[in-house]
Amino acid sequence: MAVSTTGVPTGAPAPDVPKRGGKRSAHRWTRRDKFVLALMIGVPTLISVALVWVPALSSVALSFTRWDGIGLDSIKWIGLRNYREIFTIYPPFYPALWHNLIWLLFFLLIPTPIGLFLAVLLDRELRFTRVYQSVIFLPVVLSLAIVGFIWQLMYSTDQGLINAVLDKFGVAPIDWLGNPNLNLWAVLIAASWRHVGYMMILYLAGLKSVDPALKEAAAIDGASDWQTFRYVVFPALRPINIVVLVITVIESLRAFDLVYVINGGRNGLELLSVLVTQNIIGEASRIGYGSAIATIMLVISTVFIVIYTLNIFREERR
Amino acid sequence: MRKPMLPNPDEPVLPAAVFNRRLFLGAGAVALGSIGLAACGGSSSSGGGSSSSGNATGTVTFGSNASDDVPKKAFQATFAAYKSSGGGDVKVNTVDHNTFQEQINNYLQGRPDDVFTWFAGYRMRFFAKKGLVGDVSDVWQKIGGNFTDAIKTASTGEDGKQYFVPLYNYPWAVHYRKSVFEANGYQPPTTLDEMVTLGQQMKKKGLAPLAFADKDGWPAMGTFDYLNMRINGYDFHINLMGGKEAWDSPKVATVFDTWKRLLEISQPNSLGRTWQEAAQTVAQKKAGMYLLGTFVGQQFAEGAERDDLTFFPFPVVDSSVGADAVEAPIDGFMMAKRPQNGAGAKHLLEYLGSAEAENTYLATDSNDVAVHKAADTSKYNALQKQASALIAGAKSISQFLDRDADPTFASTVAIPAFQSFIKNPADAASIAKNMEAQKKSIYQS
Repeated sequence: MAVSTTGVPTGAPAPDVPKRGGKRSAHRWTRRDKFVLALMIGVPTLISVALVWVPALSSVALSFTRWDGIGLDSIKWIGLRNYREIFTIYPPFYPALWHNLIWLLFFLLIPTPIGLFLAVLLDRELRFTRVYQSVIFLPVVLSLAIVGFIWQLMYSTDQGLINAVLDKFGVAPIDWLGNPNLNLWAVLIAASWRHVGYMMILYLAGLKSVDPALKEAAAIDGASDWQTFRYVVFPALRPINIVVLVITVIESLRAFDLVYVINGGRNGLELLSVLVTQNIIGEASRIGYGSAIATIMLVISTVFIVIYTLNIFREERR
Repeated sequence: MRKPMLPNPDEPVLPAAVFNRRLFLGAGAVALGSIGLAACGGSSSSGGGSSSSGNATGTVTFGSNASDDVPKKAFQATFAAYKSSGGGDVKVNTVDHNTFQEQINNYLQGRPDDVFTWFAGYRMRFFAKKGLVGDVSDVWQKIGGNFTDAIKTASTGEDGKQYFVPLYNYPWAVHYRKSVFEANGYQPPTTLDEMVTLGQQMKKKGLAPLAFADKDGWPAMGTFDYLNMRINGYDFHINLMGGKEAWDSPKVATVFDTWKRLLEISQPNSLGRTWQEAAQTVAQKKAGMYLLGTFVGQQFAEGAERDDLTFFPFPVVDSSVGADAVEAPIDGFMMAKRPQNGAGAKHLLEYLGSAEAENTYLATDSNDVAVHKAADTSKYNALQKQASALIAGAKSISQFLDRDADPTFASTVAIPAFQSFIKNPADAASIAKNMEAQKKSIYQS
């Protein structure tokens, strides 16, 4: 905390502090201080530029080119053609966009409330609550690829558990993963199985931080359990809700492993992330085209990030 | 074929492929891709150390996509034989089959091994044209007499030089169980009409006539390839693959129309099924026939069940075109542009182009057939003999859609297009129109 030694009043607006301190007490900065400062600012900046900004911006730049990834001299500038083709003659694009949106809404509407519900139940100091917590949280430890294998054993048409059980009731085998009208939902259930545990842990942490006195006060005022939750506890969870929202948006946009494992992200399971992969990785090597899809994804994520940051700043100002 | 999206079908597969290894490897490929190749590059740099001319009997590095047990052992045996025949050490870097294929661009631009596994066809010519692989024409001067002209053409780049040394190939054909046909008095059909009639008969018996699986996207390419070659001929097929013919032409429309007839006798729900699962239904006598490469045999238990497996060539559709084109992908080797040990690499390639090398390899991996004229065929099993006869009698040989066509087109256009067609055969016209629009964009360079 170099700041406090400069004698700036602690109430001063944060961004101004180092600058003012620097000016007023320039003579106190030893060479070593400067070196340390340069190191502390320089290294993270360099890492961020090299690992975030350069790849992101070159991806945007490449999206206006045609390139097979072999030799820099084969990059050809083609303007907006990649975008025009993606929007006009690339059949998987709109389904992918739509599936990402469904994914997001489904995650917000199904596993998130279930996670919250489980967290509220587990917050009541039930017996064996730790055991329940561990059991529900367990799928989160698995990678989505593993989740994909597990659920494929359940969903397989000829050899899967679900159809084997249905068969006992005389139901004809259902093609869970091959029917393009069904497979997205089948996959979403598998993804939710994991997401519920994640949401539960987050909400459980949030609930633990709610001051029990609030609940007590509500109870003394005669509020029912539901009223206490709706008007006292839930509003107190606001910070957690923002975290949950952000995580859910991120999870939906980066959803990839599960569908890629199941059928390579085709036939009803198209997602933007998969289209990027199909075009860039693999033998296709359509770097420019894939970059254009990635750029579209970047724009979509930016919208959410902007909403989130605005929200955070507004909060801080309050 | 041995497709972009999947590892080697030569794997010894569990009798019931409940747990789909391919998917597992696919995911592993994504996760481990860079690591695997990094490891590759690293060891190739530590391997040679000799000058570019190199030492013919010095150590050679070998990049292998044979990540499955059977081919891996087969290569071990082959390299042991190479050493005992007076060759040098071969340092093998095995990378997951899928990963190897997907990362080939980066691999070739980094520090590839001296010699590495690859496939004949457009994909080989593409890298040759880009100047990413070494010219092995002088090796061919020594081994050229061992191979037919068709094989030599398949190993030759656009500039007329050779860039590929073949090892084996395997045909695609319609497989069935002899016992099923005998029990029902079925005859292998020779025309498509007969095949459809046979299919109707099987349906009445409660048998799924034609096993079919396209969850992974590539198996349907085999059906398209054969129909196109039978209806429009080999030359048209190759031109279509090369982007020189239109996908929305009436000729291709006929192919889709004919395919509809096959779909009527095909297993439904094919988009949720893997080829292993489809092969299982044939093994269990729930389905009658299955069009696939001979690697389908891996799903049949060794012994009586495997011996019961046989095939007939894809039937004639148009008698004026006939059935003399066979789909038989060739696997083999290429050499790095700048090998660490060039002399050693060529010495090894020369050995790999010999009958002895093919015999040693096929002694372990018996799902394929040799391409060498003097290879020992006396140890072939019945299926291998049949496969080798089928290929020998072929006038022209195709390599599979994803090896004959631009790989970008194959993976990002053909797969989703065929899958949409299987879902809604009535949309064939609009699907073909879209394929043509995307083809125009992809094939221009």
